[in-house]
Amino acid sequence: MATAAVASHAHPPTSTGLDHRKIAIWAFIGSECMLFASLISTYLIYKGRSVVGPFPHEVCDPPKCATHLNAILNIPVTSVSTFVLLMSSLFMVLALAAVENKGKPGYEGILGSSKLWLLATAIAGTTFLGFQAYEFTSFVHEGLTLRTNLFGSSFFTLTGFHGAHVTAGVLWLLTLLAIDMKRGLQPKDALLVDISALYWHFVDVVWIAIFTLVYLIR
Amino acid sequence: MADHEFTHTNPEIDVHAMGEMHEHPTWKQYKWVAIILTLITVFEVWAYYVPSFVASPVFVPTLLIMSAAKFAIVVLFYMHLKYDHRLFRGLFTGPLIIAMATIVSLLFLFGKFARR
Repeated sequence: MATAAVASHAHPPTSTGLDHRKIAIWAFIGSECMLFASLISTYLIYKGRSVVGPFPHEVCDPPKCATHLNAILNIPVTSVSTFVLLMSSLFMVLALAAVENKGKPGYEGILGSSKLWLLATAIAGTTFLGFQAYEFTSFVHEGLTLRTNLFGSSFFTLTGFHGAHVTAGVLWLLTLLAIDMKRGLQPKDALLVDISALYWHFVDVVWIAIFTLVYLIR
Repeated sequence: MADHEFTHTNPEIDVHAMGEMHEHPTWKQYKWVAIILTLITVFEVWAYYVPSFVASPVFVPTLLIMSAAKFAIVVLFYMHLKYDHRLFRGLFTGPLIIAMATIVSLLFLFGKFARR
């Protein structure tokens, strides 16, 4: 019976024995590493070379700046959003574990509810995006835009690209949640959740690098 | 794969196709990973607010090491690279090495490591 279940959902034979979709997502993640490396490189090269403020970690006073400008990065707020994104990764692995172990002892109730964990991950991702929207808005109000200085250009490009990836991830999670609500994700669907989880964790590890390199290192 | 000895306790899951070579962590292990990640983040943020530590030459290396540790923990445990097929390891670490080499090379090229 179990063998029949596997056979009915088995992927087409491949030279490696691995599902092409999983190889594809890892190859995609590899290529994304290089995309973000180029964006991070650009940020680091331009770091400290802005002629006018606002600056990330330093105050700017006249005559360098027309008025007094505070250091623009808000570390407490970003620390909270970083924590939220880290927790979203925990929720995501719990969603995958819930799908893989559906109906098994120890996975009854909350722990086995893939809907709950997928929803929690999507909410955490949306919360992170809310923090980013707040940060971007406050920066613009303080006079930092994409065109203000080299810091603004490289900062908004880097974090904006990351935010776009988080947005795509949230949409992906909501799609999985809709499938789960409609027909229920079963253990045979574990690969679908696994692939989206890999993407989501990658978005998390990119933020781990950005948080240190952009926000904490002066 | 001939070297594939692990079978998932749930027979509906095709571990061969998913590349799972060893059993994935339990939710309790995931919880501990989350706690460790949180503690490292708390230490990073704390370090940012200690002026004497920020001024010391170990500030940047310490933050980079902690960030690398968090990166590795997520990749190994949450992304299951520690437990899955070695081809995935190659597909990730290969481009990652190229990416890191690119960053270091560009920083050298633009004089970011030059003494002023």
